[in-house]
Amino acid sequence: MTPQERLAETVRQEGAWVLATLARTLGSLDLAEDAVQEAAVAALRSWPRTGVPDEPRAWLTVTARRKAYDVLRREAARPGKEAAASRELPPAAADPAEEVAEMTEPGSVVRDDMLRLVFTCCHPALSLDARVALALRTLAQLEVPAIARAFLVPEATMAKRLVRARRKIAVARIPYRVPSDTELPERLPAVLAVVHLIATEAHAPTGGEDVARVDLEAEAVRLARLLAELIPGEPEVLSLLSLLLFTAARRPARTGDHGEPVLLAEQDRSRWDPDKIREASVLLAEAVRRSGGAAGPYQLQAHLSACHSTAPSWANTDWDRIIDLYDLLLSVSANPAVALNRAVAVGERDGPAGLLEAVDSLPAQPRSHLWHAARADALRRLGRPEEARHELLTAVDLAPSGPERRLLARRLTALLPRPGQGQ
Amino acid sequence: MALYAALLYYGEDGGWIRREHLAEHSAFLADPAAEEVVRGWQALCPASTATTITVGDGLGGDVVITDGPYAEAKEVLGGFYLLEAADLDEAIRWAARIPAAWRGRIELRPVMPVAPVPARP
Repeated sequence: MTPQERLAETVRQEGAWVLATLARTLGSLDLAEDAVQEAAVAALRSWPRTGVPDEPRAWLTVTARRKAYDVLRREAARPGKEAAASRELPPAAADPAEEVAEMTEPGSVVRDDMLRLVFTCCHPALSLDARVALALRTLAQLEVPAIARAFLVPEATMAKRLVRARRKIAVARIPYRVPSDTELPERLPAVLAVVHLIATEAHAPTGGEDVARVDLEAEAVRLARLLAELIPGEPEVLSLLSLLLFTAARRPARTGDHGEPVLLAEQDRSRWDPDKIREASVLLAEAVRRSGGAAGPYQLQAHLSACHSTAPSWANTDWDRIIDLYDLLLSVSANPAVALNRAVAVGERDGPAGLLEAVDSLPAQPRSHLWHAARADALRRLGRPEEARHELLTAVDLAPSGPERRLLARRLTALLPRPGQGQ
Repeated sequence: MALYAALLYYGEDGGWIRREHLAEHSAFLADPAAEEVVRGWQALCPASTATTITVGDGLGGDVVITDGPYAEAKEVLGGFYLLEAADLDEAIRWAARIPAAWRGRIELRPVMPVAPVPARP
């Protein structure tokens, strides 16, 4: 990382905390966001000369607050606006040092500010797409073009989505506050779904050429860590962080030497990150201890991931336990991807005939490229290459990303009759 | 005398906020005869700011909150409550107690601050 990049990273990391506090003191998320943006630009301009201040967060907060007051003053100067704006302007401290001291809030206040920001941006009255966009913009402080790239939508579309979400927060008065303990269970899933969706997009991009998206994975882990810090001891938060770390631990082994995806069955397990697996295991054990036997959906997924991460090899995986976990997960919510993974696990335990039966018993819709690929695998292993080729052709057509398409195409090539084989 | 609710429908979300439309409403309300007939009115914010609430299994059941209006042809508008609440969370809590939340569905739409707020009965 160059000094300039390190500086930008400090600004980005502190920016969310500054925004969280300013949104409360200014009473407007829009105003706070514009002010933080301006303060970030000012920091990137002056810090290379002056060096990073001892308290970068306080520096950014003071600067952002001044920018916001400038905006409010300008608005107040417009006719008919005096009353509205002057009401929001507390007296500015005469001494900048005093102002910094005033802005350095105690930890619990800052923590609550960040929780407010999290629960506002992830309010269930916003669509999941809008929540994800807002979380990446406000909590992760990513720029709009980066968020648009992450979800492969045009920049204008992403900008519009953010504008609409902010307008809804303001017009419908989505409150800027921490949910009470009784509200938390109904509000938390909307927050966790946001982090999970970002992680899923990182793990299995819905398009593009990458097998996995390292940058987006880092954002998801960072957000999960933030939640674990803000809401300590919450089992589903711990489980989600655990799940993300198990997945991240395997990521280096998921891409081959030529950028091609490597499936779990064929991965070089020595390339898995043991530190991440250890941390994920500790988190999962803590989640189990705190949930008192009532495993939520993220805990079940973390158990599944743990099962794979701690198995010595694909062949020596505890398939019975994996199938049990999938059954539990399916009893919480019916999900076609989970049902397909269960069928694949049945195939590993019972062989290709079992796989074919399990795959065929799944509901007809929706049938993804993975369904056709699994069916092709069963047929190939049963010595029915003609039918396997047919399934793979469909799978190639349906595959969402370049690397997946190529992986399936290679399998298809391997099934083509070679000269002299007499097929 | 009987009471009627006149429900206003538009082909475009937020189309009613256009200046020329507002001028027409002002003209309509300025008629002294209309003053006798119109007992109250409110303008709604665009449907893009709406939130839909449903409650499973009757009063006290799980509250499902979704973004956007609910517009399915087979559902019919059956009435409305005008709620005064501090924020969307409080409005959702009250909406979840209205029987339509489990008998059908409730769309919560912010009201534009243009008309007088009716006095408490």
